[in-house]
Amino acid sequence: MSEILIETESGDLDSAPMNLQMGPSHPAMHGTIKMRVKLDGEIVQKTEVEVGYLHRGFEKSCESVTWSQVMPYTDRLNYVSPLCNNVGYCMAVEKLIGVRATERCEYVRTIMAESSRICDHLTCVGASAMELGGFTAFLYAIEAREELWRLTETVTGARLTHSYCRIGGLKDDLPVDFVPNYRVVEKKVRSLVADMHALLDRNRIFLDRMKDVGSMTAERALQWGFTGPVLRSTGSDYDVRKASPYMLYDRFDFEVPVGSKGDNYDRYLVRMEEIEQSFRIIDQCLKQMKPGPVNLEDGRLLLPPKDEVYGSIEGTIAHFKIIMDGIQVPPGEVYSYTEAGNGELGFYLVSTGEGRPYKCRVRPPCWSLMQGLHELLEGYQIADIVPTFGSVNMIGGECDR
Amino acid sequence: MGLEGQLTGTFVGTRLSDALNWARKYSLFQYPFVTACCGMEFMATACSHYDISRFGAEIPRFSPRQADLLFVVGTVSHKLAPVLRKVYDQMCDPKWVVAFGACASSGGFYDNYCTVQGIDTIIPVDVYIPGCPPRPEQVLDALMMLQEKIQAEPLEKQA
Amino acid sequence: MSKHVLERLKARFTDQVEETHSNQGDDTAYVKRDKLVELLTFLRDDAELAFNLPVDLTVVDWYQKREPRFEVVYHLYSTTKRHRVRLKVRVDEDDARVPSSFAVWPGFDWYEREAWDLYGVRFEGHPNHTRIMMWEGFEGHPLRKDYPINKRQPLTTLLGEQK
Repeated sequence: MSEILIETESGDLDSAPMNLQMGPSHPAMHGTIKMRVKLDGEIVQKTEVEVGYLHRGFEKSCESVTWSQVMPYTDRLNYVSPLCNNVGYCMAVEKLIGVRATERCEYVRTIMAESSRICDHLTCVGASAMELGGFTAFLYAIEAREELWRLTETVTGARLTHSYCRIGGLKDDLPVDFVPNYRVVEKKVRSLVADMHALLDRNRIFLDRMKDVGSMTAERALQWGFTGPVLRSTGSDYDVRKASPYMLYDRFDFEVPVGSKGDNYDRYLVRMEEIEQSFRIIDQCLKQMKPGPVNLEDGRLLLPPKDEVYGSIEGTIAHFKIIMDGIQVPPGEVYSYTEAGNGELGFYLVSTGEGRPYKCRVRPPCWSLMQGLHELLEGYQIADIVPTFGSVNMIGGECDR
Repeated sequence: MGLEGQLTGTFVGTRLSDALNWARKYSLFQYPFVTACCGMEFMATACSHYDISRFGAEIPRFSPRQADLLFVVGTVSHKLAPVLRKVYDQMCDPKWVVAFGACASSGGFYDNYCTVQGIDTIIPVDVYIPGCPPRPEQVLDALMMLQEKIQAEPLEKQA
Repeated sequence: MSKHVLERLKARFTDQVEETHSNQGDDTAYVKRDKLVELLTFLRDDAELAFNLPVDLTVVDWYQKREPRFEVVYHLYSTTKRHRVRLKVRVDEDDARVPSSFAVWPGFDWYEREAWDLYGVRFEGHPNHTRIMMWEGFEGHPLRKDYPINKRQPLTTLLGEQK
């Protein structure tokens, strides 16, 4: 082993850098990645991040199922905010077909996507706090997330992997008692988030561990392809919802929090403020929403109602064709992008006119974040790896697909 | 064989095995081998609402030497399989394995080139929890099932 | 949507741009790979275009449907000008290599490694041209259309086979 011997200041101690392997099964509960770290004492000299341990073949699986059957696969991409992925995929297919969902459907999709985004940020901040020792903040965050999951369960039927959106609409409209339930949940979640603020914002230990750790400039972040809260913490204000408003985001009045230093503390503040802005958006949705259909009146896209399926021959055949052959999407390609919890989530779809996708590519925001992660870690101490990696919010399902 | 061998089948032996099993089942130190979406439900089970600590299994030990229950949570890919095998081999007896979720039990709906079709092809499994992801109530039910299994273990197995 | 991007690109690199379209609102240009790095540098540095965010890089495999077989697809975005573009480079199966764009934006680093790993398209000049999703020793490129979906290459011996 030819190691480079480093002379310390006093010159009388010989030391050699140590190679440490962290992962792929490690306590930071953020997924399976491996980091090879070269240490000089406590300082990280060089990091090499290795991913691929959760590669589950999303793209290959999608090529062998129909357009509608891709929905459960998209849930499991960013599994802390699954509705954002559902909405992104449905929008991409609808863009390729050339239709737009009804207005009420877009309001409901926005409400569910924003509540998913709140869950994502709560999980990220809670887990970060837990790894630094603030277990109470984690328990509060998970309790808040439970409340939101219970609400989502009344709407979609599942706590975590919803598969709620359909191409051309939704599984179902919101339940009749959604608004009073939501108000109760909102009050509870807001009070828990306020408790988390009180515990963490001015906490000496939290500040010491997170401030000025893992900084990056906006220019460098853009070169790496960063998007989302990590990019916004560096000073760039790119948010897909404001830059290229999709669905109905141009009707809402909300702000995009932007940091300045790009360190962990800025990322924490950006996420907490985004939770507040998401609540604002949901409020406006509930005020602006009008009654109406959530599904398009298009027999080629959506399954017919059950009484027609069992009652008439046309309904049976239509049901059969959509399930077995899949929706007939015209040939072409499209790139559709939305703002998910971690940044710009893009779907690049290629169709050859059949009922199955020819190519269903996901542009994962975490992939760009992880390739630039080593720059956030080098030069800091080994104990700083944990908060920095936590604040980047890598989700294995999205990163490795 | 030691003392356990001489006591097998005797009154003292069965009382001893009951006591040891009682102690083991109510103090499970889990190793959460968390990979994917099921990890979110695992977090929910471990936290205040569903509270796995009522069953004594609260403390996660992230070293295989100190853990006796290996929770394999989420999908295991072929790239990760040697790591799982190594972690299992490093654990000391007595040890139990719970396959948490559809992907760990059978590969889930990822029937493709990169996913292990059930971790029982690599390591022996004691309890399977189906679900994608399973509700926390299912996890607690599986834990209780495992506790019954531990309680029923005979003395000679522990020797 | 942002046709001036395509106009400007065609004006500067007339012989490199094969065709363009804007189907479904996405501006797309098919380019040759000869001066690809120069083209990408122009897209980044030109004051009117200013593409500073590398968004996505992937490969489409037109196995037995079209020649040439592979299409390397780049997506770029400009946060200052708020426009997007898609570039496509067509390469043959026998000569599946493209110059690496790592020097233009480091943000295509892992995307190129993934394209090599899953499709088998080489990126010449990439500093760390290794597999990223699969392990070194995996044979084949799984996302190619002629790789069967169920062909597994396990790394550990399965329990039934151990003796």
